[in-house]
Amino acid sequence: MKAVICAGPPTSGKTTILKQVTKRLLRNGHRPAYLKIDVQYADEDTLFADEFGIPTRKVYSGELCPDHCNVMVLGEAVEWAMENDCDFLLVETAGLCLRCSPYIEGSLGLVVIEATSGMNLPRKIGPMLSLADVAIVTKIDLVSQAEREVFRARILEAVPTVRVIETDALYGIGVDPLVSRLIASPDVAYPLYLRGNPPVGTCTICVGKKEIGWKQHFGVVRPLEGDMFYRGE
Amino acid sequence: MEIESITIHGGRGKDGTAEPVSEVTLRMGDIVSIVGPTGCGKTTLINDIELYAQLNTPSCRRVLINGERPPEELSWDPSRNPIALISQHTNFLSDMPVAQFLATHAAIRQSADRDHIVERTVSFANQLTGEPLILTNPMTELSGGQTRALLIADAVVIGNSPVILLDELENAGIHRTKALDLLRGYRKVFIFVTHDPRIALLSDYRIVMKQGAMQRVIMTEREERLVAEDIKKIDDLLLSLRQRIREGDRLSEEVVREHLQNLGYMPAA
Ligand SMILES: Nc1nc2c(ncn2[C@@H]2O[C@H](COP(=O)(O)OP(=O)(O)OP(=O)(O)O)[C@@H](O)[C@H]2O)c(=O)[nH]1
Ligand SMILES: Nc1ncnc2c1ncn2[C@@H]1O[C@H](COP(=O)(O)OP(=O)(O)OP(=O)(O)O)[C@@H](O)[C@H]1O
Ligand SMILES: [Mg+2]
Ligand SMILES: [Mg+2]
Ligand SMILES: [Zn+2]
Repeated sequence: MKAVICAGPPTSGKTTILKQVTKRLLRNGHRPAYLKIDVQYADEDTLFADEFGIPTRKVYSGELCPDHCNVMVLGEAVEWAMENDCDFLLVETAGLCLRCSPYIEGSLGLVVIEATSGMNLPRKIGPMLSLADVAIVTKIDLVSQAEREVFRARILEAVPTVRVIETDALYGIGVDPLVSRLIASPDVAYPLYLRGNPPVGTCTICVGKKEIGWKQHFGVVRPLEGDMFYRGE
Repeated sequence: MEIESITIHGGRGKDGTAEPVSEVTLRMGDIVSIVGPTGCGKTTLINDIELYAQLNTPSCRRVLINGERPPEELSWDPSRNPIALISQHTNFLSDMPVAQFLATHAAIRQSADRDHIVERTVSFANQLTGEPLILTNPMTELSGGQTRALLIADAVVIGNSPVILLDELENAGIHRTKALDLLRGYRKVFIFVTHDPRIALLSDYRIVMKQGAMQRVIMTEREERLVAEDIKKIDDLLLSLRQRIREGDRLSEEVVREHLQNLGYMPAA
């Protein structure tokens, strides 16, 4: 059983890529399951179920940070996929919070970014990119080759170890090497651990206290000048 | 990678039947045109070449380099990709100034002569455009023609790509004679998708397409090269009339007659 976390900003092409991947996994005799995490709306689960007839689920994070929510539910989601006799769990994140990156230690972490998103994106997105194993660049059909080269160089400058795969996700160009990488990735190993250190999100804002200013809060807080610290018992 | 040839193994057309041209090999130094009516699959063919299609595109073609399946890393690392495609839709999306972008690209390509390469690229581009582009212009502010000219210049000078695919150069409003003359000075494979008879007849051969399939490969004959000269005259006539309009002049029957007489198409009065 392999779990693949697919992160990336909104509309970067995560669904389009995962559809191409699913098509190829099925063709090779694999049994993928699909999970989408989003805040309050997603239709990908029905999309995948209708098109491929595979087990799918979605989880709305609602009031919870979607990526934190992802970490909470992932353990049971892996079990759910196994109970359904699947050998892959493909997880599409909401990708709203660019800081969070719920990749699993030892499993494959993918980040999907658009070639059209501007030359500085790779410098901006931090752990979502730096903790990923593979950076999938989509929409290469829309930019000049010169810009593709600069974009790729910017990714590698930010994270020299990441494997960059360029794709036209609409036509499935560049997807084959990605699928080989998925198939070659290790099975999930218990206990499941989050890769890297997620940002601390434990404060009274998290539980709904709305006052503005750190002096009104407890937990991990920070003033404008200076570092964060723990305030409270 | 040293490129000597590109071979295209025919696949199938839009109706699913095998392409009449089952194999065609383009050799280093060749200038090739791809011709055919709108929607017949010209762009699809050059996309197949750019992607090193291996039966994995709708046309089921295979593309070989030097007679062999190209190594996979060619398509992963665009800076090692010997093929540059200048498509009908490519645009610059980056608002970096021209000079900064070109310098960045030259650094990635580890181009020689880094001090002058930006100026060489821009001066190449400016030979193709009407209004010159300026080094401090943001790339997104370039006009369509300037963008196309810079894409070509970048592919030839900085990219130094041995194979260049150009989709409908004529629609970019850039100077075609200059472009062809300039490009002929480089030993590369040039593939033009074109509706322009002059570009087609100045090529070494042309691939004729219909219904998504390669129908024939036609070598340019001696007589066609002579015809190309005539077409050049007609073309130049149109260009010079266009130039006058661009400069704000009026045209008259007399001006047109004068032009035709100069070309020898009308007896002098
Ligand atoms: N031209 C082009 N369009 C693409 C490509 N990949 C995705 N798209 C288009 O981009 C849009 C968004 O793609 P999705 O796959 O839905 O993006 P997503 O990351 O799943 O979006 P969310 O789940 O809403 O965050 C769709 O209209 C796709 O058709 C590509 O490689 N080229
Ligand atoms: N061999 C093929 N098999 C299936 N579909 C094809 C094939 N060749 C082309 N097509 C489809 O035909 C359509 C038109 O093709 P394309 O854009 O390549 O035409 P074109 O000759 O470049 O047209 P234009 O002159 O307008 O630029 C596209 O949707 C393409 O996917
Ligand atoms: Mg999606
Ligand atoms: Mg076309
Ligand atoms: Zn978060």
